[in-house]
Amino acid sequence: MGEAIVQLIDVDKSYGSNLVVKKMNMEIKEGEFLTLLGPSGCGKTTTLRMIAGFEDATSGIIMVQGERVEDKEPFERDVNTVFQSYALFPHMNVFDNVAYGLMIKKVPKAEIKTRVMEMLEMVQLSGYEKRKPDELSGGQNQRVAIARALVNNPKVLLLDEPLGALDLKLRKSMQIELKRLQKKLGITFVYVTHDQEEALTMSDRIAVMNGGIIDQLAAPMEIYNRPATRFVAGFIGESNIFDGIVKAIDGNTITVEAPQGIMQVTGEGFEVGEEIHVSVRPEAVNYGKEPVAGFDLQAKVLDFIYLGSTVKTTVSMNEGFEAKFTRFEQGLDLKEEDQLYLSWNPDKAVAIKKS
Amino acid sequence: MSSLSRIQKKKRRFNIISNVYSVLIYTILYIPILVMMIFSFNDQKYNYYWNGFTTKWYIKLLSDHALLDALWYSIIIAVLSTVISVFIATIGALGLKRYEFRMKRMVNNMLYIPIIVPEIVLAIALLIIFALVGFNLGMGSILIGHCTFCIPYAVVTIKGRISGDGDSLEEASMDLGANRIQTFMKVTLPSIMPGVMSAAFLAFTLSIDDVVMSNMLAGAKQSTLPVLILSMNKSGVTPDVNALTTIMILVIVFAMILNNVIQSALKKRRIKEENQ
Amino acid sequence: MNKKRKNVLPALAQAGPVSVWMILFVTIPMIYIVYISFMSRGVFGDVVYQFSMESYKTLLDATYFKVITKSLKVAVFTTVLCLLVGYPFAYFIARKPRDVASKLITLIMIPFWTNSLMRLNSWLLVFQTSGPVNNFLQATGIVDHPVTFIYTDGLVVLGMITNMLPFAVLPLYSSIEKLDGSLLEASADLGANPVKTFWHVTLPVTFPGIFSSIILVFIPTLGIYTVSDMLGGGKVLYIGNIIKNQFGAIRNWPLGAALSVLLIAITGILIFIYTRFANIEDMEVV
Repeated sequence: MGEAIVQLIDVDKSYGSNLVVKKMNMEIKEGEFLTLLGPSGCGKTTTLRMIAGFEDATSGIIMVQGERVEDKEPFERDVNTVFQSYALFPHMNVFDNVAYGLMIKKVPKAEIKTRVMEMLEMVQLSGYEKRKPDELSGGQNQRVAIARALVNNPKVLLLDEPLGALDLKLRKSMQIELKRLQKKLGITFVYVTHDQEEALTMSDRIAVMNGGIIDQLAAPMEIYNRPATRFVAGFIGESNIFDGIVKAIDGNTITVEAPQGIMQVTGEGFEVGEEIHVSVRPEAVNYGKEPVAGFDLQAKVLDFIYLGSTVKTTVSMNEGFEAKFTRFEQGLDLKEEDQLYLSWNPDKAVAIKKS
Repeated sequence: MSSLSRIQKKKRRFNIISNVYSVLIYTILYIPILVMMIFSFNDQKYNYYWNGFTTKWYIKLLSDHALLDALWYSIIIAVLSTVISVFIATIGALGLKRYEFRMKRMVNNMLYIPIIVPEIVLAIALLIIFALVGFNLGMGSILIGHCTFCIPYAVVTIKGRISGDGDSLEEASMDLGANRIQTFMKVTLPSIMPGVMSAAFLAFTLSIDDVVMSNMLAGAKQSTLPVLILSMNKSGVTPDVNALTTIMILVIVFAMILNNVIQSALKKRRIKEENQ
Repeated sequence: MNKKRKNVLPALAQAGPVSVWMILFVTIPMIYIVYISFMSRGVFGDVVYQFSMESYKTLLDATYFKVITKSLKVAVFTTVLCLLVGYPFAYFIARKPRDVASKLITLIMIPFWTNSLMRLNSWLLVFQTSGPVNNFLQATGIVDHPVTFIYTDGLVVLGMITNMLPFAVLPLYSSIEKLDGSLLEASADLGANPVKTFWHVTLPVTFPGIFSSIILVFIPTLGIYTVSDMLGGGKVLYIGNIIKNQFGAIRNWPLGAALSVLLIAITGILIFIYTRFANIEDMEVV
């Protein structure tokens, strides 16, 4: 993974007075699998479409391979897109769909044939050349759409929720296939999804977007373990997030007072009296009959949800706050209405600055 | 097997009633055509009564120059107004579907006027405007008249066939390196072709059957076939017109059957190719 | 070069011709017709450009007023009959399997590829003095002397209905066909019998189709003159015939224009009511 292949510098995009992408700065490195992740309306698809050239940036600079592309038409850009709806040409068969880009570029017929066939083999669709898109299943159409884009050897492949229309099982297997394909070809993938699990599975790096802004751009592990904002903590995986105030600092152990009680977290760069969010994953939460040093978090067991090998317990705390923790089923010794004290290893919790 | 359930009986009754009713309506719709065909073989000059079988009108037809000239004139006008109106409507429908501009609502509303307002109103509106600017009535004025009501129907037909996915199809094409013209020729046009074809068919039918526009805007020279038929109404329509209309409908039905046969043959060939 | 500006050219090239055509040949003429209706008629049938309400006053004359009310009555009658006949017909077709239904719809369209005047002429042949209907009535002894059907309002209405029926059926069919079957099931599930379901669910849901039918039948019927020319033998006059005559032999353009404005006004009112209930673009016209 080398230099930046796509750069966005101070990119704004607005529809009328509605700002959907705000001062975005992003570098996508050559050969990486980067995912734009966020809820619907966060501007991820708009960002992708600006790179493809379907939308104009209101202001800012977009560079592909060090070259400014804001004034280039989509057909002048060296990037290809896999559309959410596949956008396969209904009047052409699979072969003609895949051959389209090469035919437009006036590649010799014989070469088109070999390249298309090669590509169809790669996506496991050999023998389907003569079929029309409406004679194929959703998963097969998906592969055609990918083949159609990849056959052009784009510098960057843009994928707009390409697996959104597939059922769960197919989606899972396509995720793995796509990731393998990307590794094999070494092409940069920019992938848009709202599915955080999908993002964690496939990406080299994830850009979590919220309200037109990138909240955090980092590797999946980092995003999961060290969320940078309260939004990221809540959006990626499940988290208990407490909003409190820094009471005391001892080295990098911070004692926090929240409406739910006293707790501890590890972190740096905070001051006493500052507002803070503490995020802790359900699997990191401990419980006991007595409070632990540094913690005073009273809770009452509400209910249990069986998740196969684990059980998720919901407890109620002050001010109607509900916290969750998970345990292996055999380790659970609780019943409803039990009074508990919660705690955790301060290293396992994340201190987040109020933004 | 022997006794149907109450619900099955009800369903059967519903089916019987609906079939009988439908057959009755179709009968009423088809009686005029059957009568027209039968009377084309009537051995009586003004079709006042049935006077025995003859095929002489089909032969006489060939020498009825007034009738053939009118038919030819109608066909030329229908072809020309189909070509003009479908051309304008096709690019118009795409523009109206794809772009946002200030007058779009107004244009959309204007398109409904010729569809909704009685044709006579539209015809005389054009007539007085032509008189105002001193435009001579003739083939030109009829063509403008026909196109004016064909364009809206064609736009509506084509717009309905432009799929919601059209935008992303065109984006996909441009994404793959095709410029706007290549995209239009290779993706947009083929994908709306069924709509364009049915618009053309509709425009042709509307034009060749039109009386009101042709009547008001014809001027003194040549009449179209429908106008000629209308002018015969007092003296009685002669059986050779029945003969001509019979031939025309047979041609249309034959063309439809031929089209169906070709379509299904193409489909069969495609399936065969796939199985190989 | 700004890409926004690049998009102006294709937009203009595509939407331009149709817009210009509609403005030149629909909007301007329609405005001009209103203008002419307020002018006066010269002695030789020419238009004198002098403001006058004369044409509108003439519309209230007994002769013209009678024609107008009769035209309205016939149009209402035709529309109601088309709906009463067409709704069950459209309903039955819509309940058939899809491929059968589409064939049945084509079957409705085929007669319309035959010249409409010739179809009207056939009714004349059927009902004329020595035609099959009179022959049958006399042969069976129901009547002694031939009944005069031709050149009557009754025959004109029959012609109107048979010519207009498809325009009523098509929008009805497409709105009934779109009706979600689960709505009917839900209604039955909640205890409504078929009649109640029809009254409370089917009818309200298909209302836009019904209103489209009303507009597509009522307005053309109001202005048509070919049916009355063919089947009324020039003896039965409606608004359409009167308008046509003002631009033909009688040559009173302002009066013809005023009558046209009346038709435009009626159309406008109906469309206004329609837009209160539904989107005009949803109107099924083809």
